[in-house]
Amino acid sequence: MMFARGLKRKCDQEEGGEVFGSVPSYSLQRQSLLDMSLVKLQLCHMLVEPNLCRSVLIANTVRQIQEEMSRDGVWNGMVPQNAEPAPLDRLVSTEILCRTVRGPDGEHPAPELEEGPLQGPASELPTVNSTHGPRNPQSSLWEMDSPQENRGSFQKSLDQIFETLENKNPSSVEELFSDVDNSYYDLDTVLTGMMSGTKPGICNGLEGFAAAAPPPSSTCKSDLADLDHVVEILVET
Amino acid sequence: MGEDTDTRKINHSFLRDHSYVTEADIISTVEFNHTGELLATGDKGGRVVIFQREPESKNAPHIQGEYDVYSTFQSHEPEFDYLKSLEIEEKINKIKWLPQQNAAHSLLSTNDKTIKLWKITERDKRPEGYNLKDEEGKLKDLSTVTSLQVPVLKPMDLMVEVSPRRIFANGHTYHINSISVNSDCETYMSADDLRINLWHLAITDRSFNIVDIKPANMEDLTEVITASEFHPHHCNLFVYSSSKGSLRLCDMRAAALCDKHSKLFEEPEDPSNRSFFSEIISSVSDVKFSHSGRYMLTRDYLTVKVWDLNMEARPIETYQVHDYLRSKLCSLYESDCIFDKFECSWNGSDSVIMTGAYNNFFRMFDRNTKRDVTLEASRESSKPRAVLKPRRVCVGGKRRRDDISVDSLDFTKKILHTAWHPAENIIAIAATNNLYIFQDKVNSDMH
Repeated sequence: MMFARGLKRKCDQEEGGEVFGSVPSYSLQRQSLLDMSLVKLQLCHMLVEPNLCRSVLIANTVRQIQEEMSRDGVWNGMVPQNAEPAPLDRLVSTEILCRTVRGPDGEHPAPELEEGPLQGPASELPTVNSTHGPRNPQSSLWEMDSPQENRGSFQKSLDQIFETLENKNPSSVEELFSDVDNSYYDLDTVLTGMMSGTKPGICNGLEGFAAAAPPPSSTCKSDLADLDHVVEILVET
Repeated sequence: MGEDTDTRKINHSFLRDHSYVTEADIISTVEFNHTGELLATGDKGGRVVIFQREPESKNAPHIQGEYDVYSTFQSHEPEFDYLKSLEIEEKINKIKWLPQQNAAHSLLSTNDKTIKLWKITERDKRPEGYNLKDEEGKLKDLSTVTSLQVPVLKPMDLMVEVSPRRIFANGHTYHINSISVNSDCETYMSADDLRINLWHLAITDRSFNIVDIKPANMEDLTEVITASEFHPHHCNLFVYSSSKGSLRLCDMRAAALCDKHSKLFEEPEDPSNRSFFSEIISSVSDVKFSHSGRYMLTRDYLTVKVWDLNMEARPIETYQVHDYLRSKLCSLYESDCIFDKFECSWNGSDSVIMTGAYNNFFRMFDRNTKRDVTLEASRESSKPRAVLKPRRVCVGGKRRRDDISVDSLDFTKKILHTAWHPAENIIAIAATNNLYIFQDKVNSDMH
């Protein structure tokens, strides 16, 4: 099992029935890796065009995981209607996956990076707000619905994705993409950071602040400009 | 030196000259010219700094020529692509020198989108004694001119002038990762993630597309071009590497569009090491032909490999750069370090290869003796004229006094760019915003 190598685990006290002293199961680790990869893909949207090589490598990793999950027959069964850990925990488990055990702190608000040799850009990970629920990277990546949908929880978006999958054969990432109306969304857009119409991504999170969901704007910057505008109006009144 | 029997032949007599601190700006490329007299660096701020080696002094032959700043200029400026609402970084991705054909030097510098040809000339004389102008250049009162004189050239302080001679723009939709000058000295190629273009050095308004791996449907994109280079002697041959770890050698005589490779170099995957990160760590970050043209050197995340052009099935040599990171791939994936693109270099005789690593370490591998050494480029650990001490990363087990443990490696200190003088044992190491130049004092002859 590839993740277990190099993992040091301490046996901590149990909390809420979860034993964090044990090595996470392979499927949990795999799921965490998938989540992390999807987050990475989503966070490609910056001021500068994202690195295409990096995006392609991450997308290939996602494909691999998801192909393996299909072979294991768990892809369909991932619909989280049962007592699966909440998305919050899943992001936390990503942290467990990659570090020595942090302790059974399931309420950790954000998978903050430790100071240390492997510190990455902390800003890359989304701020996970326990009240709001995390932003949902996959949904904006794959869904063509109105922005309101994106305001839903991580969990909900997964539901939608898996519903789509259940209607068709569970398949590769390509088919997920092909489901999307290309006039609205373009993988080229995502992979190269170019915009054509809506820019899915971190900016959608800003909609929570707006009085009404802003129309799909063409750039992250104009989203921010809209936000400024909205704030101005609020202040003046 | 106090070195024990572990002293490697390569390093024991390396001296360090000085570190050139280019403040605030991170060096993004380093390149010696064909004689090694000049060393060019490009940085994230779009500037190019050229160093020149001082001629060896006859009075003090033990002080070999050191490198001093020769010229600094702003090569690229940040731009804004209004169509895509994205910034185009001014960071210099690559510099390649043109072979010198007259008194002037020329180099190509490129950012993500635009390649520029720069001409560097020296002026050390100026004409004096004009008839119509005085010394300050003002027109003389003609009534005061009573005789004619011939202007003469008088020496002046050396002035280095740099001017952009060609701008090769709008050739690339994706980000340029490599440029390579052809041995014919008339053409060069530029490669981005999906396409490679061939340019004529004198023509800026068109280029030929010689490789295009963009799929008809971008959803099918699974592989990108990561690096490319012309063969040093055969002007029709070039190689490009991919994110899947393969190398394609192409012959431009075979077809106008070289999508079909002449040779495909690919090592079969090791099933025992398979993980979700296998593909990422197999992505080739740099490819370099040997000076002889017989071999290619590639760098992927954990290894450097030497390939024989006559054997496509597997590399003839594989060297582990930092195998202790194999168990940390998940953390490195999370921090994005796994996507770091390290370069690699040959020495002049193709007997030693060099590449950078983390913690400001760089590694050298002697192909003949099979010995390797880890050295550190940092001001703390070396003073001018001091001999570099070999470093060791311990992975558990016996730990020696100066060993560094894997967990204390600083992954923000990465040596991505290194260069080796074409003939002598002089290396240039870029450590973030510092440039280190190391010279081999004693072993100045080739292995």
